[in-house]
Amino acid sequence: MNKAMNKPVLAVGPFHPLQEEMEYFQLTVDGEIVTDIDVRISYNHRGIEKISETLQFDQVPYLVSRVCGICSASHPLAYINAVEEIAGVTAPERAQYIRVIINELERIHSHLLWVGLGGHFIGYDTVFMWAWKYREPVLDLLEAITGNRNNYGNVCVGGCREDIPDEMIPKILKELDTIEKKTEMLTKAVLDDPVLHARLKGVGILTKEAAVKYAVTGPTARGSGIAIDVRHDDPYAAYGDLDWKVISQPEGDVFAKAVVRLLEIFESIKMIREALKKLPKGPIAVEVKQIPPGEGCGHAEAPRGETFHYVRSDGGNRPIRHKIRAPSYVNVPSFKASCIGQNISDVTLTLASVDPCYSCTERVAVVDSHHNIINDYEALLQMSRDKTARLKKEIGAPELKMEES
Amino acid sequence: MSLFTVLLWILVVPVTIVLGLAASWIVRKVSALVQWRVGPPLFQPAYDVIKLMGKEILIPEEANKSVFMMAPLIGFVGVLLLSLILWNALAVQRPFVGDVIVAIYLMVLPSLALILGGSSSASPHASIGTAREMKLVMGYELPLVLAFIVVLIKTGGQLSLAGISQQVPVLSISGMLAFIVALLCVQAKLGFVPFDIAEAETELGSGVLMEYSGALLALWKVMQAVMLVALPFFLMILFLGGYGTNHLTGVGAISAIILLIVFVVGRFMSGRSKFLDVMALLSFIGICILAGLGKYVLILVLLILIKNTNPRLKIDQAMKFFWGFCTVTLVVSIILASLGNYYNVSWL
Repeated sequence: MNKAMNKPVLAVGPFHPLQEEMEYFQLTVDGEIVTDIDVRISYNHRGIEKISETLQFDQVPYLVSRVCGICSASHPLAYINAVEEIAGVTAPERAQYIRVIINELERIHSHLLWVGLGGHFIGYDTVFMWAWKYREPVLDLLEAITGNRNNYGNVCVGGCREDIPDEMIPKILKELDTIEKKTEMLTKAVLDDPVLHARLKGVGILTKEAAVKYAVTGPTARGSGIAIDVRHDDPYAAYGDLDWKVISQPEGDVFAKAVVRLLEIFESIKMIREALKKLPKGPIAVEVKQIPPGEGCGHAEAPRGETFHYVRSDGGNRPIRHKIRAPSYVNVPSFKASCIGQNISDVTLTLASVDPCYSCTERVAVVDSHHNIINDYEALLQMSRDKTARLKKEIGAPELKMEES
Repeated sequence: MSLFTVLLWILVVPVTIVLGLAASWIVRKVSALVQWRVGPPLFQPAYDVIKLMGKEILIPEEANKSVFMMAPLIGFVGVLLLSLILWNALAVQRPFVGDVIVAIYLMVLPSLALILGGSSSASPHASIGTAREMKLVMGYELPLVLAFIVVLIKTGGQLSLAGISQQVPVLSISGMLAFIVALLCVQAKLGFVPFDIAEAETELGSGVLMEYSGALLALWKVMQAVMLVALPFFLMILFLGGYGTNHLTGVGAISAIILLIVFVVGRFMSGRSKFLDVMALLSFIGICILAGLGKYVLILVLLILIKNTNPRLKIDQAMKFFWGFCTVTLVVSIILASLGNYYNVSWL
């Protein structure tokens, strides 16, 4: 028998009621206490980066908005930021504001979604259902503006696809008022409930040092007292013109992360109001004739943290390399710091508290159970590098470091 | 015993099961309304059980097969026996002295069966669920027995259910405290939130029941449904004066009105009108009240409300709660009850 089998192991996944996606957390347990945690992914790799290389520059946003159904405004925006950097174009003012509005609406619905799921994870299904009910009007607004509840596909290279007509603005403002009122009620209910305090406070603490060490982003970092936010630190779209503050909490526990998310909803509402007030007149897109050769980086603050896109162009009409790093990819490893030594009930909650998105984190792996071959991400990367080095040797090319070639 | 009474006793079992399934429908329906959902149709619990009956029974290779298969039967038989004793005390009024002790014993049987089944199923999830269930049983049994002692003091040492049901201990401070704690213990016995720690769907993926499937799982479901009848009955007999409307006349009517309001408001908010659902709910309440079971509806509603307004506790928090808060409360109420007895103050 395998030595590792002697330790009691609790499997959270690949199919587990905790999360709707496929993931596998292997918890090594001693009674109720978790002594080690291992994360395995690659159950649903879709090869987005490769597909992206087969699509034209203006088709890619529709693809990357499907990286994650919930971050479907941030991924295209980060990609567009990268492509606009290559092309050297700036979208018109109005488009910048519309991008902000769509992204902030997305943040509201994503945070409300998390609050609901958080309730579900601790068996509080009433919060689950109520939060999702309050989220519905946000999705309706997004549908009214872009035509879709999710996967909006509203950005294009050089601007936006759909405008916000002036007659819709009062309706949006009115909806924002009701959303704000309901979120206030929900926030009060969460912040004042003693049973929730008992359940959430001091659970899954990610210290500031550990947060820096694991380079976490988004609400996970801001819940640990690191006030980083791409919207604030490197403003894109129209974020630089708006008046808002970065929410952060020093405690680093699940409760702090919940508070950060709930308070961010109010900041987002504030931002949308201001953006609607300031919304400049003018066109919503400029025509972009071609993308010159070159490379560009773009990032955006998705609801879960910084999403980063790297695009390289050779002057044709397709990206020849498109690299995506989604926030969960850096947030998930922080479980090593926050989960070990906690008990199972707390660990499952901590796993959920960074709002992990597995479709974003997914990396390819090759598993052949008949021949007992398991090639994970590192192994495949090494194989790829070795092969490139061998090929270079065969054709007599000068040896170069991979990242510079 | 005449033929008629024999037939009646044969009928009791199916009636209890049907009432249990109806009660579990009420739980699901009212929870749904609180959560702005539509909820299942009236026959959904029955459909679930029938569907499970037709499914394949999978038994893990490493499981202790006989124990694994016996456990749901033991639990089911235990809870049926319990409900028979309670019906006997409620309706027939031909009890034997000491049946309340038997009832308390039988009430542990479902939990013991769950522990047996979980520990024999050779699954790490189930074994953690089992450990939690054991701790939970140890946690709530102490306050439950203490609450029973309060009732004993208040009713002057009656040891038969029928005798206890002649009095209403809840109409005093100590009785009220004991009732609240006993209600929470019943919540834990039923495995409802905040005490669904052993099943903890999002942690253990239904924990103790993880490896059960098909007819065996159906048996567990029916057992839990019958518990939904037996345990509130037990509380009703102990604290609320049992069957009939001789005491607390208004309680049944008030609970019906509360439920009606909840239902109408829920319907109004969800913006749908499912006439049949309304009729089913109202007829359930109506039948209960006509049968003198209005207090049962009240207890059920309290259980549902606690279920839907709390998150799941951790096992250590639950144990601290039962051994700390609940036990201290009951010790105080025992002292109060004794004082009340000694000085003849009935409201203490």
